Amino acid sequence: MTQTLDQIFVIAKAWLLGYLPVAARPLASAVLCVIAIVITFPLLFAITTWLERKGLGRIQNRLGPNRTGPFGLFQPIADAIKSLTKEDIVPLTADHAVHFLAPLLLVAAAFLAYAVLPVGRNMVLVNLNAGVLFFFAVGSVVELSVFMAGWSSRSKYSLLGAMRAIAQMISYEVPLVLATVAVIMQAGSLSTVDIVNQQATYTHTLPHWFVFTPWGFVGFVLFMIAATAESNRSPFDLPEGESEIIAGYYIEYSGFKFALFFLGEYLGMFATSGMAITLFLGGWAAPFSFLTWIPSYVWFFLKLLALIGFFIWIRGTLPRLRMDQLMNLAWEFVLPMALLNMLVAGVWHFMPHGLLRWLVCTAIVAIPCILLAAGLKRKKKFQVRTYQFAE
Amino acid sequence: MTAAFLILATLTVAGTAAAMGLRNAVHCVLALTVGFAGVAALYLQLDAQFVGFTQVMVYVGAVAILAVFAIMMTHSPTPVPLPAYSRHWLAGSIVAAAVFAVLAWAIRAGSTSAPCLPPQPGISVQQIGDALMHRYVLPLEIMGLLLTAALIGAVVIAMDRKEESK
Repeated sequence: MTQTLDQIFVIAKAWLLGYLPVAARPLASAVLCVIAIVITFPLLFAITTWLERKGLGRIQNRLGPNRTGPFGLFQPIADAIKSLTKEDIVPLTADHAVHFLAPLLLVAAAFLAYAVLPVGRNMVLVNLNAGVLFFFAVGSVVELSVFMAGWSSRSKYSLLGAMRAIAQMISYEVPLVLATVAVIMQAGSLSTVDIVNQQATYTHTLPHWFVFTPWGFVGFVLFMIAATAESNRSPFDLPEGESEIIAGYYIEYSGFKFALFFLGEYLGMFATSGMAITLFLGGWAAPFSFLTWIPSYVWFFLKLLALIGFFIWIRGTLPRLRMDQLMNLAWEFVLPMALLNMLVAGVWHFMPHGLLRWLVCTAIVAIPCILLAAGLKRKKKFQVRTYQFAE
Repeated sequence: MTAAFLILATLTVAGTAAAMGLRNAVHCVLALTVGFAGVAALYLQLDAQFVGFTQVMVYVGAVAILAVFAIMMTHSPTPVPLPAYSRHWLAGSIVAAAVFAVLAWAIRAGSTSAPCLPPQPGISVQQIGDALMHRYVLPLEIMGLLLTAALIGAVVIAMDRKEESK
């Protein structure tokens, strides 16, 4: 029974494909999976916009949306109708073709990333041999679409936003990939399915998630920092900082194209969160062996919602960084730690099991971490800020 | 020649041709990116996943962005009208023809001398990794050293600039 429930979508797909001729089955199978992805994740996006507004409202001691439906639950539908019916304004001097293509490229790249995410047992669109590489290759296309949007608008704000976004994305893509390398070293595979399968085993009741190792924990923290920066979210939201450059690279977009940018950005955030879950948090695996009766996709989406909640919490809590602080953090803290983490993963692999391995690996990570943090703090004076031009 | 190959080849050739023909430098880079993506798709069609994804990651993700940045830093914001044909078109076309001739000759010579190997289904990333770690370990190490030096150099440059400004 539990197995049927776990595999219900796989069984349903096989049942549907049974009605088709054999020659058409591979294509139909792919189309069915794509339809599932294209429906599920935008739906999650709609829920997340509501969650985010409610959560931020709660943090800022206000109610959030509460007019449309119970608890304002229909707010995403109202937002969708509004953005779909708004006038599509293109600046007179804009580069029309590039201006039109930028949001399409962003959303297409964001959707492509889901092709290698295993959302449940046997539930992945393609099990690529180089799945993790595919994920990052697709992610790097996003930078190009951001540039296209910022440049084609012919606006100072959008160009500034695009420059900031690209500089930030390039800086944080390096630690993002390096944090992943530690996992790849340990798993010995670039396939996302293999990586999850290795974590879906248990000793007694405890899982073998990579986050429960010294290098895995450090890798997860670094990955999440870099992922926050990659998805341009607070506290790394300089590219769209509302109080400085209004909305950054998509300032000149309105109506449906603006909604596409919004969608693409959130889809990117879900995809990187999904990748963090796949790499460090055991993918679709249950946290305890006695909880494996709950279907695997439920666990994946619960973890995804937990990470989304974490992102919302961070956004409501931390102030925005300055450009130089952002770059310093990337190049002087996150990058050295990611390089060191690769070393720790190697040490962990070759040392015999036991307490000593834990101690040595934790020491290799913890001591430089403290030293680096102290070095970053040393040159700065912390005091009450005095304003030069404002009272 | 399958339909997929024809479509991808057309896309690649059209992209690179547009990169040479367009007037706006940023448009040229974007057209060239289409060519890069087409080449990546051709690699994927040949079952070379690793090369294909690396092509996208390096060329679309990094080289195109670098080119675009270089153009933004050096060009004036208003496009300068240039003549359609360069004054050095004769020399340029001779060099291009020579390069094409050498490449064509090398490919023809290579395909006749080497025996036609049966296609190996799905070279996995594991095999590429093994080859890099055993047979080609020295070139790999040298490349790694070079890239690490470049990375550290970038960090040092960034650090210096910060101290000067204080």
